[in-house]
Amino acid sequence: MEPMPKALKALNWITGALFVVALYLVLIFAPREAVMGDVQRVFYFHVAAGWVGALAFLVTAIAGGVYLARGERRWDLVAQASVEIGVVFTFANIVSGSVWARPIWNTWWTWDPRLVTATVMELVYIAYLMLRQGIEDPDRRARFGAVYGIVGFLSVPLTFLSIRIFRTIHPVVIGSGDPTAAGAFDMSPNMRVAFFFSLFTFTFVYATLLWHRLRLQRFSEKVEQMKMKILSV
Amino acid sequence: MPEAGSTRVVGDQPVVHRRTGGLGAYLRSIGAIIWKDLVAELRSRELLSAMLVFALLVVLIFNFALELDIRTRETVTSGVLWVTFAFAGTLGLNRSMAVEKDRGCLDGLLLVPVDRTAIYFGKVIGNLVFMLIVEAIVLPLYSVLYNINLFQPGLLAVILLGSIGYVAVGTLLSSMAVHARTRDVLLPILLFPVVLPVLVPAIKASNGFLQGFEMAEILPWLNLLIVYDVIFMAVAFMVFDYVVEE
Amino acid sequence: MIDVRGLVKTFGLKSVLRGLEFHVDRGEFVALVGPNGAGKTTFLRILASLARPSMGEVRVAGYRLPAQAAAVRVRLGVVSHQPLLYGDLTAEENLFFYSRMYGLTDLEHRVGAILEMVGLHARRRDLVRQYSRGMQQRLAIGRAILHDPDVLLFDEPHTGLDQEAAAMLDTLLQDVAARGRTVVMTSHNLDRAADLAERIDILSKGVIAASIKRDEIDPLDLPKLYRSVTHA
Repeated sequence: MEPMPKALKALNWITGALFVVALYLVLIFAPREAVMGDVQRVFYFHVAAGWVGALAFLVTAIAGGVYLARGERRWDLVAQASVEIGVVFTFANIVSGSVWARPIWNTWWTWDPRLVTATVMELVYIAYLMLRQGIEDPDRRARFGAVYGIVGFLSVPLTFLSIRIFRTIHPVVIGSGDPTAAGAFDMSPNMRVAFFFSLFTFTFVYATLLWHRLRLQRFSEKVEQMKMKILSV
Repeated sequence: MPEAGSTRVVGDQPVVHRRTGGLGAYLRSIGAIIWKDLVAELRSRELLSAMLVFALLVVLIFNFALELDIRTRETVTSGVLWVTFAFAGTLGLNRSMAVEKDRGCLDGLLLVPVDRTAIYFGKVIGNLVFMLIVEAIVLPLYSVLYNINLFQPGLLAVILLGSIGYVAVGTLLSSMAVHARTRDVLLPILLFPVVLPVLVPAIKASNGFLQGFEMAEILPWLNLLIVYDVIFMAVAFMVFDYVVEE
Repeated sequence: MIDVRGLVKTFGLKSVLRGLEFHVDRGEFVALVGPNGAGKTTFLRILASLARPSMGEVRVAGYRLPAQAAAVRVRLGVVSHQPLLYGDLTAEENLFFYSRMYGLTDLEHRVGAILEMVGLHARRRDLVRQYSRGMQQRLAIGRAILHDPDVLLFDEPHTGLDQEAAAMLDTLLQDVAARGRTVVMTSHNLDRAADLAERIDILSKGVIAASIKRDEIDPLDLPKLYRSVTHA
């Protein structure tokens, strides 16, 4: 096995350190929100997870486009690895949102545009993974993945738009679907520090995971190649 | 060589090729594909009858599930109709692509020297026609069964716009799904989350027309439908090559 | 007519064709034989412009693939082990459909002549679904020569045919090939290949392992040679 590249080792340590600092900022440094209390602290990682989800799917769409244009396999590997990470973080985003909504909105779930869009987005990329799983020819799998990654990514903003117009015409009265109404707050400067630092940290987490995932993929390919060599002898 | 109007001999008969390429050839091959799909379907009626029976069953089940009495009927009709069309639509899309795949006909189409997007538009229009036929039968039936007037120009326009968007994406995705091991199961899973921005405005706009809302309230939905139709038609146009070419 | 240099085709990590060299002159009839999984069908699909080469140069009728695929497709007819025909259309309608796709004129006349040639004129109004396998393959040949191509590719055309139907197909294949056309046919049946083709190329492990002219070898020696090449 090839040793871990130095840059990746460094990235591991940096990300780990950033994460510790982020935890400190979120749990201790940021002041306790006056109305919501400690539950508000979910917000920092909640938004950061959502950001990573969206970023990951954007990367998938771009990598898919590059793959279609150039036909180089590594872009397909990036696209797939990115979807896997994005699905996990979007899931974390939805669950942490629910945890926050329970005490604040007094319900686990409302049909707010953001919630619905995040869920639909998650479903699009689960479908993406299922599509890949059903296709055996690796080139075709890569092409179809790229196409669906692009189509899916374009549909997400339209979904958000359509549900938002939906809500403006028919406002939800109970529990209020709009987070600016219930559970809104102004960030103090310290909160802002914690917030942006969380975004920054999670971006690093994403990059580190992506790198590890790609390395893992390369290893599994090597194993596959060795297997074929042994079988063909 | 068979360039413009050259003559050669096959089976002792002179062979004349029309000019290859150009918009005329493009439109002619789209027309040929539509003609082929319609002739085959009018003969077997497999696809249309399956879609229709299924659509009627969905309406029937909704009748019991929602207790479509007079008061609720007005508000849920557009939802019932669109769910019906969407479900019946996946049946049609699956079948129409399976026909191309099963006897290798897709290869036959790809061997023809026309732009691949002609195949896409041919299939889109064919699928659209089937969907409109089903809708043209379901709508009057629904009108009679529930005593509600569905024949309003606005509503019909929404149904047309919605069906175009649905079929534009559906045809692209079904041409991917046919290659999967799990193809019949896969299409709705691929299609529904992506086509949601068509279904939501279509349902809301239909509802707006049925309840007699003002045009200003319906207009954003119509705009959204048109935007979706244009965007996804354009995207499918750009990527269809990559879906069919190995 | 066909010129292939250093052709490589990989599926993911698996390489199917590994630097294949292949050349066919105008009017030649070449049979490609080889064990299952040797890459015959993959190779033919690349020649047919249905699959892209991963590496190497492919020229058919003087045009490069995949860059000039449209020009190649005009001059190319393909018969595959699948008929490429629509079961719910009649024989005539199938040919009409493809004629329109190819942009041919004088359809009636042309389709009639082709149906006559493949011996299906009497049953032209029957659905292809009701045809026997042999009739479907004959119609598939008719479909392939509709636009009078210079190059014909046959991919295991005898698959699923009984003796009689196969013999009938052979006659038709020879008839079609005899009009100055260049033909490449894949087959897993050595005898059939030796009967039809002027040259037999053995495809093994992703390259052409041997190329034999029919009149340079005793047909009885062929199986021995085939075994020695494919098991090497």
